Amino acid sequence: MIHMEYYLIVSTIMMFAGIYGFVTRRNLLAILISVELILNSVDINFVVFNRFLFPGELEGFFFALFAIGVSAAETAVAIAIIINIYRNLRNIQVRNLREMKW
Amino acid sequence: MEYTILILLLPFVSFLVLGLAGMKLRPVAAGVIGTAVVAVVAAVSYCTAFEYFFVAGRDAAGLYPTLIPWNGVWLPISATLHIDLGILLDPISVMMLVVISTVSLMVHIYSFGYMKGERGFQRYYAFLSLFTMSMMGLVVATNIFQMYLFWELVGVSSYLLIGFYYTKKEAIAASKKAFIVTRFADLGFLVGILFYGYYAGTFSFTPDAKLLVAAGGMIPLALGLMFIGGAGKSAMFPLHIWLPDAMEGPTPVSALIHAATMVVAGVYLVARMFPLFVGYAPEVLHGTAYIGAFTALYAAVVACVQSDIKRVLAFSTISQIGFMIVSLGVCTSTDPHAGGLGYMASMFHLFTHALFKALLFLGAGAIIHAVHSNEMSAMGGLRRYMPLTHATFLVACLAIAGIWPLSGFFSKDEILTACFAFSPVMGWVMTAIAGLTAFYMFRLYYNIFWGRENRELHAAHTPHEAPWTMTLPLLILAAATLVAGWIPFGRGISSNGEAYTIHIDGSVAAVSLCVAVAGIALATWMYAREKQPVADRLAETFSGLHRAAYHRFYIDEVYQFITHRVIFACISTPIAWFDRHVVDGVMNLLATATHGAAYAVREMQSGSVQRYCIWMLCGALGLTILVLIIC
Repeated sequence: MIHMEYYLIVSTIMMFAGIYGFVTRRNLLAILISVELILNSVDINFVVFNRFLFPGELEGFFFALFAIGVSAAETAVAIAIIINIYRNLRNIQVRNLREMKW
Repeated sequence: MEYTILILLLPFVSFLVLGLAGMKLRPVAAGVIGTAVVAVVAAVSYCTAFEYFFVAGRDAAGLYPTLIPWNGVWLPISATLHIDLGILLDPISVMMLVVISTVSLMVHIYSFGYMKGERGFQRYYAFLSLFTMSMMGLVVATNIFQMYLFWELVGVSSYLLIGFYYTKKEAIAASKKAFIVTRFADLGFLVGILFYGYYAGTFSFTPDAKLLVAAGGMIPLALGLMFIGGAGKSAMFPLHIWLPDAMEGPTPVSALIHAATMVVAGVYLVARMFPLFVGYAPEVLHGTAYIGAFTALYAAVVACVQSDIKRVLAFSTISQIGFMIVSLGVCTSTDPHAGGLGYMASMFHLFTHALFKALLFLGAGAIIHAVHSNEMSAMGGLRRYMPLTHATFLVACLAIAGIWPLSGFFSKDEILTACFAFSPVMGWVMTAIAGLTAFYMFRLYYNIFWGRENRELHAAHTPHEAPWTMTLPLLILAAATLVAGWIPFGRGISSNGEAYTIHIDGSVAAVSLCVAVAGIALATWMYAREKQPVADRLAETFSGLHRAAYHRFYIDEVYQFITHRVIFACISTPIAWFDRHVVDGVMNLLATATHGAAYAVREMQSGSVQRYCIWMLCGALGLTILVLIIC
């Protein structure tokens, strides 16, 4: 039997790995992947809490599915933006994105 | 007599027209408009005087009533205290209307000749119209505040006209000096008005006696402060310094503003407040007499050694205004038969002085026009070249010296009688100054028309008689000077309004005539001939005194010292330092601090989402830790 805490440890590691990547990466795609990591860690939490704390219910599972759908759509939008940035700037480094700062 | 409003409106309209559209007009057209308007104003003034004194006449009590044909509340301050604008007619204001319009008309005509071809001819006439309007408004003021408004307006006109030749450095300096000195004095006037308004509860000239008595010492204080304003305008010592410099303006302006009308505004002010002065502040009134006497003496002494003919006339004006102030100041009651004679004498002298002093100035203008210099050294022997000017100038000199039967004799005699009634010392001092007047006027006369002739200059440029536009006013004023003394002045104007018949006091008249003749004789002996050994030797012997008097006893230098060395150096400079470094420093510090703080926090607004994210994380962590600690 795997305890709930082990799942939570994994999801916490994923969460902070995602935050670390979001803050430190300079490449837009890497940042996007980090965001996905954070989202997935949250999904794991939803499922784990549903499974261990409320075994008869299904809301956690559905919310996780729902979040996966939303994150897929969001990723599509983000990729579209990144492609557009690439077309304009010929690279996708964050430090080059200064056009809209001022 | 509602038509009197024209006296104010017409010059104002003419000022607007000439001031705004003057440049579009030909100079002559502008001059004609200005002169025609003043001619109409003069006609209306004469009409007013005739109707006031002869048609309307005395009321049941045998006094000339005070008429107010126009009056409107302009600024209501409280239920009882309000500032009005209107027209007040009483004997002195009607007399002033006649004097001002007459002299103004003469000056307008004269200026055609004198100012011919000057740049800014239209502007000149516009300013003259403004001055005429302001001066008329001053004399017909229904309350002290209206008087103050027009008082400032005449100050402005005077400033503009002194600085008429605005490319000339001296003229600019003189206009500034006149404006600043009179403004400084007017501060006293304004404070006096405010005190008066506060304690008397009104700005009108006829306050409630109960309030005045209740105000106690404040009313003399208010009147004294008002007199400071009057002293500034009327060039009383030590505020006289602007008047000699004001001679930088065109000569007709000096005749109109700085001899006949504006400078007597201070005398008029005291006359206007006379019932209050006599009733509530006799000691202040007598104080003004001493100031006036000292001024008269000082100016007469200085006039004896000046070499610029306009300066001589300017100091003579100061001296004569001193006579008028003395005459008002020696009054001890409002009864002309017992102590109130001075009021009538002062107004009479104001009237006659305006005529003969305007004549003197216009004559001086004709002379300056002929020799192109103000200095006596360029003159001498001019009687051969300018017979008309010579004759009229002589008339005016005799009048101011007080020779029977010219106008100055009668008014000066009344003044001396009033002074002797006050105290014998005052009487003798004023008689001596009258003798001095005769002396310096004839010194001037001989140096211009006889004496040492500057033959080289006259050969190079032969002086000629002025054009008729200039001689006509001279003749009219000379005629007026000849007959003005015979006007039964006391019947119309006296301190309490009762008819007073002027009777010549034989002993006073004899003494003053003797003194005047002695002064003239002395001047004749010293200055009439080509060689002037006595005068030269005297100047040599008393060279220190001569130089001091020539430099007006260094009063200007004293002012210069006080303003520059004391006020500017010891007060203004530290204040300026305080302003620059402390006041501005605090402001600069605030600005620098704000700027620095903004610069410091600008880093946070980097636009980098990742950095924001770190801050957000730190915040969230901090909050979490806080919650954990608290729980």
